[in-house]
Amino acid sequence: MSSNNNVLVKMNNAGYRHNDKWLVQGVSLTVERGKIVTLIGPNGSGKSTTAKIALGILKKIDGHVEKYTNKIGYVPQKISVDWTLPLRVYDFMILTENLDEKTIDEALSLTGVIHLKDKSLGNLSGGEFQRVLLARAISKKPELLVLDEPVQGVDFTGEIALYELIKKISDELNCGILLISHDLHTVMSATDHVVCLNGHVCCSGTPIDVAKNTEYKALFGEQASQILTRYEHKHDHVHTIEGEIKKN
Amino acid sequence: MFDDFFIRALVAGLGVAFVTGPLGCFVVWRRLSYFGDTLAHSALLGVTIAYSLEFNIALSVFIVSSLIALILVQLQNRTNLPGDALLGLLAHSSLAVGLVVIGFLTFIRFDVMGLLFGDILAVTVDDLYIIWIGGALILLILRLIWKGLFASTVNYELAEAEGLNPDRAKAIFTILMAAIIAISIKMVGLLLITGMLIIPAAMARNISDSPQKMIIYSIIGGLLSVIIGLFSSLEFNTPSGPSIIAAALFLFVISLFKIKQMIKLKN
Repeated sequence: MSSNNNVLVKMNNAGYRHNDKWLVQGVSLTVERGKIVTLIGPNGSGKSTTAKIALGILKKIDGHVEKYTNKIGYVPQKISVDWTLPLRVYDFMILTENLDEKTIDEALSLTGVIHLKDKSLGNLSGGEFQRVLLARAISKKPELLVLDEPVQGVDFTGEIALYELIKKISDELNCGILLISHDLHTVMSATDHVVCLNGHVCCSGTPIDVAKNTEYKALFGEQASQILTRYEHKHDHVHTIEGEIKKN
Repeated sequence: MFDDFFIRALVAGLGVAFVTGPLGCFVVWRRLSYFGDTLAHSALLGVTIAYSLEFNIALSVFIVSSLIALILVQLQNRTNLPGDALLGLLAHSSLAVGLVVIGFLTFIRFDVMGLLFGDILAVTVDDLYIIWIGGALILLILRLIWKGLFASTVNYELAEAEGLNPDRAKAIFTILMAAIIAISIKMVGLLLITGMLIIPAAMARNISDSPQKMIIYSIIGGLLSVIIGLFSSLEFNTPSGPSIIAAALFLFVISLFKIKQMIKLKN
């Protein structure tokens, strides 16, 4: 279909309607190998819905979505696991694909939760569970990672480390990442393409382009815009940025 | 060897227990006990149709139960009624229609009690074939859809996003439910069959920390229930189906005490 075989997902004017209310509409975006596309926007702006359209979880959609890969790792925003199921972290790791012990251990070590491998999933804290979710998604070495607020509930230092890990994975596996994040610092420092949603695409482009956009300013306020311009200012000192991320 | 009615009953019961073990775990995990009940109630209609058309009972029950499952899905899509109301509607109306049909079939001598509570001692050699071959098929198919079914039981969206086709797994599982009810109706009867699915699985949940262990314990629990139930039914001259379920309950209660002991030890 696509002449460019780096494309992993292509959404064309996609939308989803539930009970006659549009959750999101008119979204066009492309996720390519080795690139990080980030969705930002206020609550209820359709970020998670857009991710679910891209993944094919939502079926009766408007517009078109083409998926060019089946090797997908997904970290959903909300996950309600039913505790009538006796489930250890190990069982959860092999939920959608059988993996050998070494691969599982590696992934759990990367997200810092290897010590929880034989623990029951129901006994984990929110942050621990989030680390397990991320470990599970990356352990299958996917071509496409869809991360819906992957570090929610993770402690501050952990948050920074996990975002660095996500960036590293994107480079190492050369996989495409569709990221939903509220952390504008991270969005601006690690992202190739930003899509700003508010029920529809209000603006999109490189982080710098988006920061300058007036609609973006209207949506997030002047302060958010300043975060971005600050980044723009420091973009010629890559090492300083990394240092600053760690300091934060 | 199968000349003895008691041996036949035992072989039939053990065959059923092998299948209800794993299926019962999914019934507990997916909260399908009322769904199982509904399918079982509709089985009466299947039996009466089989009698009036001189058709194979297991096959007839299988077809009617599958139809009821299909109707349920349609009703869920077309009405705003909650799931449990629809289940109740289908369960009781199919049971009622079944009993009304029996009323018309005055020319056939009907053992209604046997239908409701099972008549394992009337199991024939043909029934054994149906149970063991049908049961093996059910387990084989369950093995094939395991990954998608289990993953979607944990989380539907993860399974769907990562390409495991949970809708297909669910549809096949529904057919397997109708099939196990069809092959085991003669053994425990339509009022008790959900018990055979749920009680050993519930017992297993109390003593397991992984899904695989729960399935194995559930099978063992079912096998023990059949053995204890049938021998005590022979000993005390009690009806066989209820005796098996009572034995399962007995095992469940023991599993509760074990948990309490473990908590005491930890403190």
